[in-house]
Amino acid sequence: MSFLTLTNASFAYPNGYKAVDRVNMSFNKGESVAIVGQNGAGKTTTVKMMNGLLKPSEGDVVIDGWNTRDYTTAQISRKVGYVFQNPDDQIFHNDVYSEIEFGPRKLGLPEEQVKANVMKAAELAGVVPFLKDNPYNLPYSMRKFVTIASVIAMDSSVIILDEPTAGQDLPAMERLANLIETLNQEGKTIITITHDMEFVVNNFHRVIVMANRQVIADDDKRAIFWNLDVLERAMLKQPHISRLGYSLGIGHNILAIPELADELAKHK
Amino acid sequence: MSIITIKNLSYQYPISESDALKDVSVTIERGKLYALVGANGGGKTTLCNVIRGFIPHFYKGDLRGEVLIEGKDIREWGMGELSQKVGYVFQNPFTQISGVKDNVFEEIAFGLENLGMEPGLIREKVDQVIRMLEIDYLRDKNPFELSGGQKQRVALASIIVMEPDVLVIDEPTSQLDPKGTEEVFKIIELMKNKGKTIILVEHKIELIAEYADYIILLNEGEVAMQGSTREILTDERALTFGAALPQYSLFGMEMRRRGMDLGSIPLTEKEAIEAVKTWMKKGVNA
Ligand SMILES: Nc1ncnc2c1ncn2[C@@H]1O[C@H](COP(=O)(O)OP(=O)(O)OP(=O)(O)O)[C@@H](O)[C@H]1O
Ligand SMILES: Nc1ncnc2c1ncn2[C@@H]1O[C@H](COP(=O)(O)OP(=O)(O)OP(=O)(O)O)[C@@H](O)[C@H]1O
Ligand SMILES: [Mg+2]
Ligand SMILES: [Mg+2]
Repeated sequence: MSFLTLTNASFAYPNGYKAVDRVNMSFNKGESVAIVGQNGAGKTTTVKMMNGLLKPSEGDVVIDGWNTRDYTTAQISRKVGYVFQNPDDQIFHNDVYSEIEFGPRKLGLPEEQVKANVMKAAELAGVVPFLKDNPYNLPYSMRKFVTIASVIAMDSSVIILDEPTAGQDLPAMERLANLIETLNQEGKTIITITHDMEFVVNNFHRVIVMANRQVIADDDKRAIFWNLDVLERAMLKQPHISRLGYSLGIGHNILAIPELADELAKHK
Repeated sequence: MSIITIKNLSYQYPISESDALKDVSVTIERGKLYALVGANGGGKTTLCNVIRGFIPHFYKGDLRGEVLIEGKDIREWGMGELSQKVGYVFQNPFTQISGVKDNVFEEIAFGLENLGMEPGLIREKVDQVIRMLEIDYLRDKNPFELSGGQKQRVALASIIVMEPDVLVIDEPTSQLDPKGTEEVFKIIELMKNKGKTIILVEHKIELIAEYADYIILLNEGEVAMQGSTREILTDERALTFGAALPQYSLFGMEMRRRGMDLGSIPLTEKEAIEAVKTWMKKGVNA
């Protein structure tokens, strides 16, 4: 049963620019999905419609039976949390703890619960050592994790991460992968926008590709990363190892190093 | 001739308790591409801010050691003069937008305007950069009404158009789609071929392997390793300092582990293709 559905959803910005054109997407409860696609395709605009920050100019966005038109952004944020692409658009407190605490406190949760949510979120995001720090003195990468923690602390059933992989080092990528997996196992629906194809290969099955205001593919990663036409239209590239397989003319569905090595072993 | 010389540089932010940069010594040669890499929080952006003089001119704190740009100490450079010599592209493109211009074309022209350049020439230069970055379709848009990747392209364009001798570029591809990322690397190479000196902070190690001349690896504020790209990326110690290795190298290591040694560890796609082809031929002959 679909938990979150966009039906022919379009969005035009106040200046008249149509950024999203009749998009259809649907997500089950507990799914973990990656959204990829060219710059300006409409990814951020689309997910902002999912948490009610933007209301569709045409079509419908329905979350757990609620049509976003009928509810305020504050009401919807109990169901869908959104981590902004730019962390500096989201952060407005002078210390990390207050930043993370703001959301759950606004929900009116009991004091004990607020504290528990903050600590759990801070641990998952790896920001416990920085709770007393001013977020603006943290490096960009860590500010992003502060905003992720703020959203996790709201304990919504859907969490949307907009470009969490940008500028992250290896341990941070692992922390991200781990938090996505953990939240997903708790039954949350996780939607992750990323330009990092290796991250997609390592952490997701279902991949939605957007290009030019629309969804152009919605499939398993193996089908997506070997559909060169779709990749080309969305300004994407195959993951490095798939590219190598392709250039060598071996394997038509390779995504990872062990698979390529297996394939080469056959050729020997 | 070196264009930047840094000797025993240490720096502590004003309210901080420890040094963000510790005894850093590096020499930057003119016309080369240096990749500044390393784990998050390692001090990459801080070092960029020293090279462009933002530290100590705006951020006070405690700066020790020597930082010479063309032989003159950073403390003696005037900020106006230095900003023409060293262009800086911010890590977060959202902070680069000037906020005083209402379309992309004027945004990119802003820096040249401030230099009092003749309008015809400005138009010519801006047009050229817009073509180079393939952002003609954004020309009339409001800089604040762009997607993340579009802003990042505009931010890069607004610095490239100034043609500074030194380009300090802090993660210019972090918000770009894979094709855009490769295009930006090609543009950076083009700038290098024009004789520019480039200091590039970047996490995408496969592209660094392909394009960078030298790598400086920062770890917890210290220079953990520095050297030619090949030297650093084939040294396993780099891993322990939080650097990543290219997928192609990891593939080569996996082949070796499985007793299918390719003979060398490839760094780039091209090398990997060559290595596998040679290995396959050998297999047939043997
Ligand atoms: N506030 C705005 N007003 C008008 N147009 C906008 C606004 N924000 C974005 N746009 C335009 O809408 C289109 C879609 O933008 P969006 O931010 O959704 O793209 P995206 O897929 O998230 O791209 P990126 O990968 O670069 O973040 C772009 O062409 C952009 O220029
Ligand atoms: N304004 C500031 N005040 C105090 N400390 C700061 C400030 N800016 C950065 N720092 C600290 O300096 C250290 C280095 O940060 P810097 O931003 O240079 O790292 P980085 O290598 O660029 O990281 P990233 O990969 O996340 O961009 C970090 O410990 C950071 O918390
Ligand atoms: Mg976006
Ligand atoms: Mg940085």
